[in-house]
Amino acid sequence: MSSKVQQFLGWIDDRFPLTATWKQHLSEYYAPKNFNFWYFFGSLALLVLVMQIVTGIFLTMHYKPDASLNAAGVSVAFASVEYIMRDVDWGWLIRYLHSTGASMFFVVVYLHMYRGLIYGSYRKPRELIWIFGCFIYVALMAEAFMGYLLPWGQMSFWGAQVIINLFDAIPFIGPDVSTWIRGDFVISGATLNRFFAFHVIAVPLVLLGLVVMHLVALHEVGSNNPDGIEIKKHKDPNTGIPLDGIPFHPYYTVKDILGVCVFLIVFAVILFFTPEGGGYFLEANNFIPADPFKTPEHIAPLWYFTAFYSILRAVPPLFNSQFPGVIAMGLAIVVMFLLPWLDRSPVKSIRYRGALYKWALALFVIAFFVLSYLGTQSVSETKTWLARIFSIIYFLFFILMPWYSRADKTKPEPERVTAC
Amino acid sequence: MSNNEINRTRRNLIIATATVGGAGVVAAAVPFVASMMPSALAKGLGAPIEVDIGKLESGAKLTVAWRGKPVWIISRTKDMLQRLDKHDDRLTDPKSEVTSQQPDYCKNPTRSIKPEYMIAVGICTHLGCSPSDKLKPESDNETGPNWDGGFYCPCHGSRFDLATRVYKGSPAPTNLVVPPHKYLTDTMIRIGDDGKGA
Amino acid sequence: MLKKIILAALLCAPLWAQASEEVTLDHVQTNVEDKLSLQRGARTFVNYCVGCHSASFMRYSRLEDLGLTDKQIVANLMVTGEKPVETMTATMRREDAKNAFGVAPPDLSLIARSRGADWLYTYLRTFYRDPSRPTGWNNTTFPSVAMPHALWEQQGEQVLQEVKAEAGKEHAEGHAEKHLVMGKPGKLSPAEYDAMVKDLVNFTVYMGEPAQTQRKITGIYVLFFLFFLTILAYFLKKEFWKDIH
Repeated sequence: MSSKVQQFLGWIDDRFPLTATWKQHLSEYYAPKNFNFWYFFGSLALLVLVMQIVTGIFLTMHYKPDASLNAAGVSVAFASVEYIMRDVDWGWLIRYLHSTGASMFFVVVYLHMYRGLIYGSYRKPRELIWIFGCFIYVALMAEAFMGYLLPWGQMSFWGAQVIINLFDAIPFIGPDVSTWIRGDFVISGATLNRFFAFHVIAVPLVLLGLVVMHLVALHEVGSNNPDGIEIKKHKDPNTGIPLDGIPFHPYYTVKDILGVCVFLIVFAVILFFTPEGGGYFLEANNFIPADPFKTPEHIAPLWYFTAFYSILRAVPPLFNSQFPGVIAMGLAIVVMFLLPWLDRSPVKSIRYRGALYKWALALFVIAFFVLSYLGTQSVSETKTWLARIFSIIYFLFFILMPWYSRADKTKPEPERVTAC
Repeated sequence: MSNNEINRTRRNLIIATATVGGAGVVAAAVPFVASMMPSALAKGLGAPIEVDIGKLESGAKLTVAWRGKPVWIISRTKDMLQRLDKHDDRLTDPKSEVTSQQPDYCKNPTRSIKPEYMIAVGICTHLGCSPSDKLKPESDNETGPNWDGGFYCPCHGSRFDLATRVYKGSPAPTNLVVPPHKYLTDTMIRIGDDGKGA
Repeated sequence: MLKKIILAALLCAPLWAQASEEVTLDHVQTNVEDKLSLQRGARTFVNYCVGCHSASFMRYSRLEDLGLTDKQIVANLMVTGEKPVETMTATMRREDAKNAFGVAPPDLSLIARSRGADWLYTYLRTFYRDPSRPTGWNNTTFPSVAMPHALWEQQGEQVLQEVKAEAGKEHAEGHAEKHLVMGKPGKLSPAEYDAMVKDLVNFTVYMGEPAQTQRKITGIYVLFFLFFLTILAYFLKKEFWKDIH
């Protein structure tokens, strides 16, 4: 490096901890050397977040959050999305990046959460990382839900209508709360404008803050690994560097670049050749402008919400109130936050757990898939009963965890990480 | 393998990946930059317009919109045309020598195809205000003395004559822009397209 | 074992299909690369559809995608509006249409994306005479539809007839099947009419997303680039990870 550059860096470092930050978070952040496939999804989630923000900014330049009708009798908001798709140079690409990106965000985040689940990444001392992560997930759901209203199509409108009406179920204050959220007695232009405000600035700010906290907490305690053991227990006596740790940069940066490339290939295939995702990423009914007088025959939330939607529908009303269902749906998310304290196993990673946990996890994953599927379907008696059974399995995975995780026959953990 | 060799392979791979990846990032930025250019709608609205000047009275001015800008069509009387060459010494560019301000076929004393019709974009070349009419040869506070008819920009006081040439001492540096145009018939003008690929 | 279950669950995911509709739809193979078909479809569209339906996101100027010049568009296809930049707006006013048919005719810009090509292809071929309807027309794909048959001169008049069991083996279950038969032939033979509808549907598919051809072409370039970058990234990763044992 030339001395001029070094001088300049020195000048900066005297005033801003540039080199120190670089070292702390990249070149001297020691990550376990045995990360596997599942460890790609954290950095991919960050990539998708950045992509969503960039494409979002450019969409905001052309999108109009206005529910009033234009001369052709179509709402201005709906028309502005089609304007982006047709009249703005490359607008279709930016819009598809954003709409497909939303679904890919959830794919990546669900896989990232599953990784945490199987390798016990939520266990002591990483409880806060997990909790920040859960908050990110909740913020992401709010972001996706409000973003989905903006195209102002039939599914946007009626999806929001159904979800906001859930608040009606809260005893006593419910109807006032839902009216307050909408700013009107039905979903209207007022709702569209406030959802736009939340979607483009409020929630993204919260998300970014949470992501920073998630990463700061991670780099404070260090990364978990597929063996679920602490690499900090065995350090080089001279350097103090964990023996099984390798600097994040360059080793994991080059690895993540490869992961990003593979991910982008998958993303590009969907984006360029099936942007509607078979109707799961962009629903056919959402190509019809919102009509407050006509509900589409079949409405369902987008795929990433359907598991919780199933739980909501599975719980029977009590005293003619949907409230128990709403509570159950809320609990299905709240219970995730408690995971660090529900798990009493002496080991972290699934590699050293016994059959009990593996069965419980398998049932849980199946329950999540079945509930997700049922949520896309219209109700029938059989389907409601199926949803009830699998909702119970979903909750039992958490509720019984203190017992089965302790009673499980675990294998001894190794002292040092095993080969990748 | 020696350490040096490893380093060389690595350096080459880093350079190759960074170059290709960097090219990818630049290519990915293109659609985003392009999306900020005028859309198909804006371009469509900026398409050439056709104006019928058959009903324009002699000595009057018609304003039409082209690309969202005011375009003036002034029907100059003989009297107005005669006054045009009286004040060349007071103009910044009396011979219309700044080529960007008019098509070649309007680089003449009247800055027009037909002397009686002046066509110009009514946007001041200083900072983009639209000058107001001072068509009659009557001097006032705004026009200053010896006024031969023209336009006065209310924003910063630029003055133009009836061939939209700028007077010396105005903040505007150049004459007003004459848009590409052509006569389809004696009374039909096409503005924005002169059939010469402009 | 666990991995297998999860893998199986993941593999099943694409099988989640939306519940099929009751009406069986005839499949149509559309091809938006076929510009002549699109031109024929566009002509049918402006001649028979734009009278009542708008395509308020479709600019006439965009029809350049079909290999037409500005002049050809203005001369042959621009039935409404003054400038090519304008969108296809129905000749009939929305209020008038609403009074005449009870509902305002829907905008057709995105109809192929909300309904699907197969539905449109089937729908446009299943109109039949029904004196009980105000328009005198009904449709087996869209029962009690408010729209009359706009292409009846081409197709002719179909009628709905009960067909007894011997008519076909597939109806052997005993209950009487209803069947569309041609009552009064139109100007076109059934095959010619189907071809006309196919071109029209092809045009609506194009109109639903005019950028789709550009999208797919861009996609191929992007994928080539990404494969190349992935190979480089793979060797870069392999080179660095030689250090790790």
